[in-house]
Amino acid sequence: MSHFRSDIRQRCVDVLALYPQARSAMLPLLHLAQEQDGYLSDEGIAEVAELTNTTPADVRGTASFYDMFHLEPVGKYVVSICTNIACLLAGGEELLEHACATLGCSVGGTSDDGLFTLEEAECLADCDIAPCVQVNHRYVRSASAESFDAMVEELRSGRLDHDVPGHGTLVRVRRSVGLRAPWGEVVEQRARAREERTARAPKEEKQ
Amino acid sequence: MATLDAPLIVSSRAQYADSFTLARYLETGGYTALRKALTMFPEDVAHEVDIASLLGRGGAGFPAGRKWSMLRKSPVSYLVVNGDESEPATFKDHFLIERDPHQLVEGVIIAAYALQVNQAFIFLRGEFALGLERVQQALNDAYETGALGSRILDSAFSIDIVLHPGAGAYICGEETALIEALEGKRGFPRIKPPFFPAVTGLYGEPTVVNNVETMSNLPWIINNGGAAFAALGAGRSTGTRLFALSGRVNNPGVYEVEMVKNTFRDLIYDPRFGGGVIDDNAIKAIIPGGVSAPWFGPELLDTPLGQDEVGALGSMLGSGSIVVMDETSCVVRATWRITKFFSRESCGQCTPCREGSGWLERVLYRLEHGGGRVEDLDLLLDLCDNIAPGLGWPPQQTTICVLGSSIPSSIHAAISMFRDDFIDHVQRGGCPHD
Repeated sequence: MSHFRSDIRQRCVDVLALYPQARSAMLPLLHLAQEQDGYLSDEGIAEVAELTNTTPADVRGTASFYDMFHLEPVGKYVVSICTNIACLLAGGEELLEHACATLGCSVGGTSDDGLFTLEEAECLADCDIAPCVQVNHRYVRSASAESFDAMVEELRSGRLDHDVPGHGTLVRVRRSVGLRAPWGEVVEQRARAREERTARAPKEEKQ
Repeated sequence: MATLDAPLIVSSRAQYADSFTLARYLETGGYTALRKALTMFPEDVAHEVDIASLLGRGGAGFPAGRKWSMLRKSPVSYLVVNGDESEPATFKDHFLIERDPHQLVEGVIIAAYALQVNQAFIFLRGEFALGLERVQQALNDAYETGALGSRILDSAFSIDIVLHPGAGAYICGEETALIEALEGKRGFPRIKPPFFPAVTGLYGEPTVVNNVETMSNLPWIINNGGAAFAALGAGRSTGTRLFALSGRVNNPGVYEVEMVKNTFRDLIYDPRFGGGVIDDNAIKAIIPGGVSAPWFGPELLDTPLGQDEVGALGSMLGSGSIVVMDETSCVVRATWRITKFFSRESCGQCTPCREGSGWLERVLYRLEHGGGRVEDLDLLLDLCDNIAPGLGWPPQQTTICVLGSSIPSSIHAAISMFRDDFIDHVQRGGCPHD
């Protein structure tokens, strides 16, 4: 019995087909597991292990290396505020402090209503709109204390649901066409290319 | 005044609101370079890139053509594109990924053809949710139009590109760590030698890893010729380059300028670029190429934006990100925050980096927040010397990858340039900027 919903399970199978080795699909599958559960549940980890031919311990060991994977439940919205150099120079630390007060939680904590988890992020590569804020890894461009509070209200009311979907960075990523290039064709093509190259530059090949 | 004679090579479409769509891409010359490349011999395509002497835009600045030619003898198995942009204050790949994903995809197909690779991976930072959507859409469009897949555009060449999301780890920008992540493992950099994935890369096979901006230059180079690209810039720094300008400037942003022909001062002060420092303050220091680079004082603002020009002065152009600190900025706090970043992102394999970054961060924390001592300055430099012996440039390495040897850059620079600021923190028992 699959823990994943049928659509998630199907997407896992589609992703696996793209890689020469199953384990390579580890990170995308973990993103999909998180998309369904909001974090990496034991059941989700077990299913990723089964799909990648690894063990749950191996999956957990890999997942714990990466900041984006949550091994414990988080709020509906994960708010990431950058305080790295460009944001530091633009008041990132102050905005993070303000966010703690607005959300009523500490850095790394979750608000009492379970809606928001607050993270201090490393550089999010959007430094011209500093300090940089992401919610569920969507840039929300709310650099001032006022715009941050307004954004939080919008999120509460559900008016930002379109701009800020739920967890999972792949939630709107779909590969519509194509599988891997047919291998027989590739082998044939490589042999032909090598022959042609030898024919064109016999001297270079001998060196 | 800045020189603006050069064409925009990678950012020409950014002016359009729909720059990321296939329709706009085709309207503005999209996929003509690929069609042209497919009529050429693969090694002639590679030769054009060699002539262009395109330096890799990821940070190390290794010539892209030479990276490829190392593989001439053995067939390459995989092409991997590094879009894990995480060097603090670097946001130029983010710009290219979101604003012009088709240009990136076309560049990757051209590179794959030159290398005769049939399988490519585009590794994008997991935090780029919108970027992942746009690149996948561009890939879908390319399959639809026949530019990707089996026997593309009626040629004999087949190519598949898989988009691979990262999951939040700075170290995955290091190419061997990126390959580990692509193999579904923790992002631990691999032990060298072999120094290049060209020898042992993905699944142990020969692999080329190139940066997003490097790939995005290829359509223009094929359309206009490598010589036209090499005619721009000077010395080893050819073509144009994207610079990500941030910090205490009026107009932070990504700007494409011809290499060497413009200086840091042009970029910061020209009204078409940075537009000067906020409140017309005086510049205290700049970081010329990502937080791994030693800092420059205001006396070096007239240095040309070129790889060797910056290298000769003991720093690097690195990832093309420039951070401006002015008289209101606290250099002690900046140094502490940069070091905290390295401490968080150290993968933990090597002792000098794992332990050293943590100790440095704690000592800098107490200097910034009260409780620092005058002896701490020597202690910091001694710790730095244990990580990168001699504190020279380029740094000596005691670790598997260059993350470790990058840690001392800002600390050594800040203490050398602003010793009095550190002493002031000690004497006040905290930060004067609080």
